[in-house]
Amino acid sequence: MKQVCLLILTALFFAQANAQIDPELLRKPQADTGSLKLNMDAVYDRPFAKVGKLPVALGGYMEANYQYLGEDGVTEGHQFQMRRLTLFVSSSISQRIKFLTEIEFEDGTKEINIEFASVDFEFAPLLNFRGGIVMNPIGAFNQNHDGPKWEFIDRPISATQMLPATFSNVGFGIFGKKYANKWVYAYEAYLTNGFNDRIIENSENKTFLPATKPDASRFEESFNGSMLFTGKVAVRNSRIGEIGLSYMSGAYNKFQEDGLVLDKKRLATIYAVDFNTTLPTKTFITGEWAWVNVDIPDTYTEQFGRKQQGGFVDIVQPILQRSMFGFGKATLNAALRLEYVDWNKGSFKSTGDKVGDQVYSIIPAISWRPTSQTVLRLNYRYNWQRDMLNNLPSRLAGLQFGLSTYF
Amino acid sequence: MKKKLLVLFCLAASMLIYLSCGKVLPGAAEDDQLLDGPVEGLTSEQKKAFLRGDAAFNNEIFTKETGLGPVFVATSCGTCHAGDGKGHPFSTLTRFGQSDTLGNRFLNNGGPQLQHRAIPGFQPEKISPGAAFSNFTPPANTGLGFLEAVSDATLLSLADENDSDGDGISGRPNWINVPAYSFIRSGTIIRSDRKYIGRFGKKAAVYDLLQQTVNAYNQDMGINSFYEHINTYNGQDADPEVTNQTVQDVVFYLQTLKAPIQRTTNDADVQAGRQLFLNSNCGKCHTPQIQTGNFPIAQLANKTFSPFSDFLLHDMGPALNDGYTEGAAMPAEWRTPPLWGLGLSKNSQGGKYFLLHDGRAGSIEQAVNLHGGEAQQSKLKFGQLSASDKIKTIKFLESL
Repeated sequence: MKQVCLLILTALFFAQANAQIDPELLRKPQADTGSLKLNMDAVYDRPFAKVGKLPVALGGYMEANYQYLGEDGVTEGHQFQMRRLTLFVSSSISQRIKFLTEIEFEDGTKEINIEFASVDFEFAPLLNFRGGIVMNPIGAFNQNHDGPKWEFIDRPISATQMLPATFSNVGFGIFGKKYANKWVYAYEAYLTNGFNDRIIENSENKTFLPATKPDASRFEESFNGSMLFTGKVAVRNSRIGEIGLSYMSGAYNKFQEDGLVLDKKRLATIYAVDFNTTLPTKTFITGEWAWVNVDIPDTYTEQFGRKQQGGFVDIVQPILQRSMFGFGKATLNAALRLEYVDWNKGSFKSTGDKVGDQVYSIIPAISWRPTSQTVLRLNYRYNWQRDMLNNLPSRLAGLQFGLSTYF
Repeated sequence: MKKKLLVLFCLAASMLIYLSCGKVLPGAAEDDQLLDGPVEGLTSEQKKAFLRGDAAFNNEIFTKETGLGPVFVATSCGTCHAGDGKGHPFSTLTRFGQSDTLGNRFLNNGGPQLQHRAIPGFQPEKISPGAAFSNFTPPANTGLGFLEAVSDATLLSLADENDSDGDGISGRPNWINVPAYSFIRSGTIIRSDRKYIGRFGKKAAVYDLLQQTVNAYNQDMGINSFYEHINTYNGQDADPEVTNQTVQDVVFYLQTLKAPIQRTTNDADVQAGRQLFLNSNCGKCHTPQIQTGNFPIAQLANKTFSPFSDFLLHDMGPALNDGYTEGAAMPAEWRTPPLWGLGLSKNSQGGKYFLLHDGRAGSIEQAVNLHGGEAQQSKLKFGQLSASDKIKTIKFLESL
């Protein structure tokens, strides 16, 4: 915690320093505008500002919104929310050693997390070593989740309620890329601390990988002494788009303690596929789909799914790109998100009927980008949520308006 | 010009969104389609207690950290009673060990309730060899407060233990022991052997909603309370895992859940079906109306309600005799289940009917045909109805 405070104070110091200096000294490093960027590049593909000759660059983003949602005729009324404020600090320690950290304040200061804090060593383009707090590269959203990049206020349900995005852990790994004409191939592989048994013992009453996140002790020790492996391969063609395949697996239960074997090693294993492309009509399509398998004792309740699956697809169509209100390159987009999660793919032992516990969601949206780094967005969300017995779905819907910007 | 049009468009869109705020939300289901919701006329203070109980009942999920198990049936109250309606075979529980009126001889072997699930690292219970057992599908919670507010005298007035009117239907209360923590309601009738009238549960073996609630915490979820503090796994005395306040809030919630509202009462078929139901003497046990007596919650006191039950034990014949029983009930005797809310059962049972005490009947007609014993004559009368009259009778039952 002290380290977090120190980092915050450091960031505030630089923010104060900024106010005292000539803005001309704030240099925006030239961004790589190549079209062969991958989701794995997202962590460094952010606007940073450098202060004079200081060896660090600063950045961040914020998200705030208003929403009016109701479920089956009951509403909590008008709500204003400060979803998150994220600060980035990066530093080029040497030509081929870089450091980056991302500190996130969610819901005001309700949650403060170091989402990313790692050092990268480049030995060769195909061999980089990364160590520290890393984002486990499962799916694309966990790697590429900055609010200003998305036209939707809520993060995808499958990414945050089935997969545990944003999910980071302490560990080490390697990554690399190879370019060949219009293609780029990439891989990532990490060994980190991982899950704990809260994924099947939680107040969500379902198998819930994100339940492992509140346990901050995973940044100092592995819950069960075993490692979580996360690996991803991705390929992008400058004209076709990107596709990624990822895999994550590790034991989640405390299978031994003080040398005594308590249980067999029970694994949580996730497969994900993600893609994104831009059509000639400038229509941007991105999505991911994931499958979760959790080895749960037969004697535990069927309420907790042994298998889950779900995903989302976003379609974003620019409908107006021109100067608007004095913003030279403003864009008005129409967008649509479709989502589905099945938290429990099993069947009831007692009846053989399929277990419910699914959500469908559709979100039409309009977003306005005065610049590429800032977005104002208006969403209409409609969810159908079935309980595990497959009773009539509860319906949740409402309007959301919000803004998100890098700074 | 274009800029002005854009501004106008934005303003118009904003106005439209503002005006449509209340219309973009999903509407509530009609009150008569829901089983949850409070009785009318609660005070502000009572509404707050109701909401606290609602949250504890429907939202509180127990985990290992909060006391679940280690052996259990369900992780929350709401798991077994979705929308406060009838349960599903998934949450059906099993009772075992008692086959006569002499008591349960398997209390030291895990009885009376089987906890067939366990948190990781523990083994669930198994039914002891030779023990009689029966499966109980969770009932709806709706209108339970009205039942609690009925006086013992009213229940006894409905009984005809020796069938003195010769109609083949007797009906008697289950005389039970009452736990020390129960608050004995005024007007309670106590038999000479210090037994009290039970009125809750499939066998009417539970005295009041406090006993029902703390038993469910303890036996269904493995949650110990000040009232029921024996750990179901090891039989040892355990610290409370739920506060008295929460227990009392849940009891108040159950007491003040509204009674189901009958639908399509003006439908001619429904009206005809009601008459056919009564003509078949179904109403002799499924009593259409009962009056509550004096009760501490004014909204429940001295009210007429329509449970379609007499809350008494009846011999239902060999087909429904599982060999297991509770209190002074015989194995073939079951408390008349209230029929109110029957038509909404599917809404909490995954779109299907799972009727009778263990959910074995997949339709109302099948449930009727499984009646026997004291209900044999009524079942035969139903069987002799024309197809259209059967449909009318079922339409009436589904309107409840």
